[in-house]
Amino acid sequence: MTIELLPPPRKDPQKKTLSPTRPPEARSRASLGLSAAAAEGRFALQVCAECDTVQYPPRDACSNCIGTELPWQEVTPNGHLLAETTIRASTKLYFRERAPWRIGSVKLEAGPVVLCHIHNDCEKNAPVTMLNRLDASGQGVLLAIPTTRTNNMEDDPQLRALSADPKHRRILIADAWNPNTPAIAKALLDAGAATIFVGEAESWRPHPNRRELNEMDNVNVLPLDVTDTASVSKLAGEIGGKTDILINNARFMRPGGVLDRGDTGFAKDEIEVNYFGLMRLAQSFGPGMMGRTADGVNAAVAWVNILSVNALSNSPEYGCFSASNAAAYSLSQSLRGEFRGAGLRVMNVFVGPTDDAWYQSLPPPKVIPTSMARSVVDGLQRGLEDVWCGDIAKDVRDRWRQDPKVLEREMTTGGDHA
Amino acid sequence: MERRSSYKGVAIIAPFSMPYQRYSIETAHWWVAKALRGSLDAADVRPEEIDGFSVASFTLAPDTAVGLTQHLGLCLRWLDNIPMGGASASVALRRAARAIQAGDANIVACVAGDTNQIDSFRNMLSSFSRFAMDASYPYGYGGPNANFALLTDRYMQKYGATREDFGRICVAQRSNALNNPNALMKKPLTLDDYNNARPISDPIALFDCVMPCAGSECFLMMPEEEAQRRNLPYATIGSAIERHNAHAEDDIQLRGGWTLDVDELYEMAQCTPTDIDLLQTYDDYPVISMLQIEDLGFCAKGGAPEFVRSHDLTITGDFPHNTSGGQLSAGQAGAAGGFIGMVEAIRQVTGTAGPTQVRDAKIALVSGFGMINYDRGVCTSASIIKTGSRA
Amino acid sequence: MSSLESLAADIATGVVQIVDLTHTLDPDFPVIILPPEFGQCARFRMEEISAYDHRGPAWKWHNLTLSEHTGTHFDAPSHWISGRDIPNGSVDEIPVEAFVGPVVVIDCSEGSAKDDDFELTPEVILGWEARYGEIPKNSWVLMRTDWSKRSGEEYLNMKEDGAHSPGPTPDAIRFLIDERNIRGFGTETVGTDAGQGTHYTPPYPAHFYLHGAGKFGLQCLANLDQLPPTGALLMAAPLKIKNGTGSPLRVLAMVTK
Repeated sequence: MTIELLPPPRKDPQKKTLSPTRPPEARSRASLGLSAAAAEGRFALQVCAECDTVQYPPRDACSNCIGTELPWQEVTPNGHLLAETTIRASTKLYFRERAPWRIGSVKLEAGPVVLCHIHNDCEKNAPVTMLNRLDASGQGVLLAIPTTRTNNMEDDPQLRALSADPKHRRILIADAWNPNTPAIAKALLDAGAATIFVGEAESWRPHPNRRELNEMDNVNVLPLDVTDTASVSKLAGEIGGKTDILINNARFMRPGGVLDRGDTGFAKDEIEVNYFGLMRLAQSFGPGMMGRTADGVNAAVAWVNILSVNALSNSPEYGCFSASNAAAYSLSQSLRGEFRGAGLRVMNVFVGPTDDAWYQSLPPPKVIPTSMARSVVDGLQRGLEDVWCGDIAKDVRDRWRQDPKVLEREMTTGGDHA
Repeated sequence: MERRSSYKGVAIIAPFSMPYQRYSIETAHWWVAKALRGSLDAADVRPEEIDGFSVASFTLAPDTAVGLTQHLGLCLRWLDNIPMGGASASVALRRAARAIQAGDANIVACVAGDTNQIDSFRNMLSSFSRFAMDASYPYGYGGPNANFALLTDRYMQKYGATREDFGRICVAQRSNALNNPNALMKKPLTLDDYNNARPISDPIALFDCVMPCAGSECFLMMPEEEAQRRNLPYATIGSAIERHNAHAEDDIQLRGGWTLDVDELYEMAQCTPTDIDLLQTYDDYPVISMLQIEDLGFCAKGGAPEFVRSHDLTITGDFPHNTSGGQLSAGQAGAAGGFIGMVEAIRQVTGTAGPTQVRDAKIALVSGFGMINYDRGVCTSASIIKTGSRA
Repeated sequence: MSSLESLAADIATGVVQIVDLTHTLDPDFPVIILPPEFGQCARFRMEEISAYDHRGPAWKWHNLTLSEHTGTHFDAPSHWISGRDIPNGSVDEIPVEAFVGPVVVIDCSEGSAKDDDFELTPEVILGWEARYGEIPKNSWVLMRTDWSKRSGEEYLNMKEDGAHSPGPTPDAIRFLIDERNIRGFGTETVGTDAGQGTHYTPPYPAHFYLHGAGKFGLQCLANLDQLPPTGALLMAAPLKIKNGTGSPLRVLAMVTK
């Protein structure tokens, strides 16, 4: 039975903060398919297109028929724990510092036997369910968990290491003004977050969320304007050392493409907030968070960006906004690379049109704040890297994966007029 | 299936073990050179007489056997690189014998050696195999300890083996090692010591694990008449087998590829398990020695725990096993760990083993096992060697 | 002694004091807020170019972002549609003599303290003139409300129906232009018009009438309580921006002790 994880005691200021160490990162190219599936929380393995043999470890050719077409497909995550060991000595610092570490051999119903991490509540020689999760190196790894829920199972150290669970963590939400902020704050608190910091730009004017946020326990509204470097670095100076998760939900958007307005004014604002805002936050908060990824129960763990799904393919009705999100998306990929060495995750939540003033003229379905909040919390708990929030985001994702050029045509039709 | 032809007419000579060191500042090239020179000196063979060369090493990078030819000034007409770790000795032996039989080479030196610098074990692990990189090391990075722990756990579950059963193998080998001045382990080991050892990767504890070290081993091969002409003590090859990726369908490795070839092994050598005077198993963990005892026909599958309880595995016992102390007590010198049993067996059947000599040893079985590519050892090998001419 | 020599001497001895009527340019200083579908006034932003570091070892400097109408600033006639055809109506064209002139201060601080929507009416102006005399032609006229002492949310004082801050009525502005032919009009609030100025006819009467008549606006002024009702000299020279409709300012007043 997992022992409930308690809030950590206050940090001993005389102790050196553990430097981040990481599990092995190197993988073959074929193996990165596992990471790609883990980024979205899917348990997928290579399945031979010719003979349907499920492969593991990932290969370039089928071990049954030597066919080379091995697409990744979701397979049943059920298996049986054949053997296990508790590693007490490892030459890899990451595991050495976290020993003992339980691993085992699981015979999958899908066929292969896999070496995997073992949740502490798994019984010897018993059925298990497999998870495919990203580890601190950002690579997909397999973890066996019990087939039925156990008490406090999320608190198992090995499972927690494969998540960015908000529990006991201190979380900065960048933009108090965003209509989704109160819902995200509430969902995080419900998930056990210790403290929510909310950044508030232009406190010299009122906004609709202020009262609601001020009335929530464990929510601190603090000045933060992502368009102002000084403001961002000032707040980072204050709380950067205790920001365990940062959720960048700052958004500036106005409808229209290139020709609608004939100037670059709003486009600049969009870039200032949506692109440079991310950069400023990362430059101010990133280094501190990277230094604290091994800092115990509430170690820094994740960076979250809320992005429009039109980051993937432009919607000319919101053409300039889409472009700013494409820039932010691209920057988030750079950050992934830059944060990787410290094991700090970047989670992008791609959303379809949200149910707020700037998408007023679009028909449903639209994403309501509570469902976005659910996506954020669920993504953190499952340690995801890409989260698709709402039917439209999933639809765009699927079309984009099928053929980005076809999607571009679908998104950029000229209408019926001559 | 057609049986392979015999290995007759080939002599194995000049076994040489370069004393192992826990850590070495020297390179694999140095260790290989030392062992080669040792064998050459022992047989009074000049370097230019060698026309065949077989090398097994993990730490030669960026070189291979090719780089060594120029490095050591060898002009060869037959060259082999054996990347099979613990299985390499019988494989090297088998292939060199075929080269000599076919006239491709006249005198072949078979060498295995590795250095062990402070970080080289860790570095070797991280680049060992693609499957290990992708699917084994990310899980606790326990290296072979964890792999063999899983195997041991399953073996215990299935066959009821106990820690003490494994301990008997370790304790007997330590007793053998105390006769081997070159063994790294110098202290006696009791079953209590074994049981109370620091856990490493359950159920494996400290004395189940080998100590990585630097070392090298070498032997030479030549036509039998050549050995006789030079008046050298020599061994002959009764039989030799190798097998790769056998029993891939087994969920966990509780048997090795020996089972596919064991009948031929004894048939070619014209003997049975009861004729074997000493057994050298690949012993990086005691469980793998048990698998070999079973798969090589000394008892039925699952019978090894009872077998080790009812036999004395020491040099003077009724079942001499890993007479130089094996890797468990002498140390694991990388690929030389694949040669330790072979070189010792050659000494045994040629009557040159000195303090570890088994009385009247005439037939030795040398078994190899290697390369945990992912979850199991992929390569197995074995050979039966016999006394050709004693010292 | 020339008059300038004597002025210099008076400044040196403190007989003439220089009062700074300017707010610090600060990212947190409010700017006017228009409905979000309209273009917006850029906030003041300052980005380091280097600070004696790898980006420039021996020097520190910044790039600035701001609007013509950010912080304490000048409104030129071309700022408003009513003034778009005024000759020399942009900041680079205005004759420099226009930037320096006598200033009168109408103290509305008491009324403004009681009523956020306090109106400067012709009656208030006439009442002031009854005490201090008629506003001289070509004067700067400043409306003192002590609004510059407010900070944060109190400054714009935004409610659901918009900002609430004092300002002139259409009639008052017309009076100052038609009857007194002033140089320009200045306030302590974010604009020359009242917070609710959009609800007058015409909307934003100060902007509409002042600039239509070629007059200037000053806003976000500070320290008006340090000026006498009459007798001070005000200098408000905008940056020479080509076709600029306004400019951030350093506004100085000379006051005789």
